Amino acid sequence: MQFELTDDQKMMQKMVREFAEKEVAPGTEERDEHEKFERSLFDSLGDLGVTGICFPEQYGGAGGDNLSYILAIEEISRVDDGLGIALSASVSLCGWPIYAYGSEEQKKKYLVPLAEGTKLGAFGLTEPNAGTDAASQQTVAVLQGDHYVLNGSKIFITNAGEAETYIVFAMTDKSKGVKGISAFILEKGMPGFTFGKKEHKLGIRSSQTMELIFQDVKVPVANLLGKEGEGFKIAMSTLDGGRIGVAAQALGVAQAALDHAVKYSKERVQFGKPIAANQAIAFMLADMAVKVDAARLLTYRAAYLKDNGQPYSKEAAMAKLYASDAAMAVTTDAVQIFGGYGYSREYPVERLMRNAKITQIYEGTNQVQRMVISGAVLR
Amino acid sequence: MEIVVCVKQVPDTTEVKIDPVTNTLIRQGVPSIVNPFDKNAVEAALVLKEKHGGKVTVISMGPPQAKDALKECLAMGADAAILISDRAFGGADTLATSYTLAAAIKKLGTVDLIFCGKQAIDGDTAQVGPEIAEHLGIPQVTYVAKVEVDGGTARLEREHEDGYEVIEVNTPVMLTFVKSANEPRYPTVKGTMRANRAEIPVWTLADLEVDEARLGLKGSPTQVRKIFTPKQRTQGVLIQKDTAREAVAELIAKMTEAKIV
Repeated sequence: MQFELTDDQKMMQKMVREFAEKEVAPGTEERDEHEKFERSLFDSLGDLGVTGICFPEQYGGAGGDNLSYILAIEEISRVDDGLGIALSASVSLCGWPIYAYGSEEQKKKYLVPLAEGTKLGAFGLTEPNAGTDAASQQTVAVLQGDHYVLNGSKIFITNAGEAETYIVFAMTDKSKGVKGISAFILEKGMPGFTFGKKEHKLGIRSSQTMELIFQDVKVPVANLLGKEGEGFKIAMSTLDGGRIGVAAQALGVAQAALDHAVKYSKERVQFGKPIAANQAIAFMLADMAVKVDAARLLTYRAAYLKDNGQPYSKEAAMAKLYASDAAMAVTTDAVQIFGGYGYSREYPVERLMRNAKITQIYEGTNQVQRMVISGAVLR
Repeated sequence: MEIVVCVKQVPDTTEVKIDPVTNTLIRQGVPSIVNPFDKNAVEAALVLKEKHGGKVTVISMGPPQAKDALKECLAMGADAAILISDRAFGGADTLATSYTLAAAIKKLGTVDLIFCGKQAIDGDTAQVGPEIAEHLGIPQVTYVAKVEVDGGTARLEREHEDGYEVIEVNTPVMLTFVKSANEPRYPTVKGTMRANRAEIPVWTLADLEVDEARLGLKGSPTQVRKIFTPKQRTQGVLIQKDTAREAVAELIAKMTEAKIV
């Protein structure tokens, strides 16, 4: 068993870290304050090839592995996890299902620009009344000649409004339940496809979240992803991969909180000594470090399994569950170590704590992860 | 257009600590980076190549791990890299280093431009670039902030504290670059993967036509007697008043207060 990254992975990690620290970090607070998604940063990730790390060269990618991509999300999320999830949503939730289920034409038309980062992607599954219960979709698609007509809406969609390409799920046959769901590729600007209100969120405020609204949207038959009725399968397998991305995002947030806490506890002097000299603080840091490392090992393992063509659904759920809980715990402890300063916006740890919460909720709540894991364990 | 860029792998000085007992740099655990000014030189070379075509070759003299620095330059977009490495080159000062690098450049054949950073951030001598030019008997321009090439002529802006000197010089020429010359590009993902797969040839003593007496420690006239950290000096106080009389009065007051007078 080896615990060493390959040369490629190490260089990729170093390159993305440098970019993140120099180009992304300086505006993080401002983007958080003003709820601003900075498209030019995503464009730069495209120029550097980060958006295409794990796709083959023939589809505009670099032909790298999934772990390299996960390392990139971790590094970006250390400084701005709003940008981290924007990347993850575009690559894992929009690019990947087209790569895995798309026709050759769909890959050429939609995957290439996503891999090259010239277009941004999004994924629309959640509805007001179909969250964890994804099967109760109310968005419908009716086949009429050479196109489907879509009606309905989606909520809490990351990158919505900004993205050019959307994977959207809709019922094509209500009588079949989950087997009646189909997946479609939509383009921004299709007549009848509009955006609702922008969500004002607790955290990840540098990513944009909006509603998708479909009113008699004509979607060509050529834009059906996979076959009719395969939507649920496509959604679930896409989320398996997406969860490794969320785990990496949580890992980046947790690592950032630990780094800040270590630095601060060595600098902050009370009773004539740095607070790190108190075991009460030092042991907190020890526990935080263990959580971060355990989260990292689970996350990298899930990515490794995916790279090696092995089943990873359970392991991705474990990574997402543990890393997000670790991020919540570690960021909360970091705020505690900073004391009053930690609660202030002058220091970054309150932002990290706000950002950590969502990782326990989206791409399957941590309760859903336990359903996935227990289902696999009890099989 | 054939461009050779000389780069040095240096410890990241933002993370360097000095051993208080021996007064030497603690290099253990300090990450190595490409000397930042050398990256400006690589960027300048890449920009010229994109405009005029040609080839950018990056060379470095150093231990085997200096390959990592060369890989980073390949990832940025350099076409080829050569590591010059041999125990015989070890312990070289700037003279022996520049002599060895010049021999390597001669071996490369026709070269139009030789680019270096203005100095390395570890030794800060700013000597190797100019010495390479001397060994090769070609002109040199240091502290270059802008370069344009037209046929066999290079038009340069040389940075001064209070302005730029515009210089025209025939190629081949050796230039050293300052930080303000450009913003070095980030390596791309594809470039990184390509660089990792690239074979970097290693030139040893046997590959170069050199006088062995001029190499490494024995070819180095510079002898380091002692390295020490200078005493920290606090920043001075600048007294600015409308008239000299007022300034002197203030100065006397401060000196009195400090019990100097």
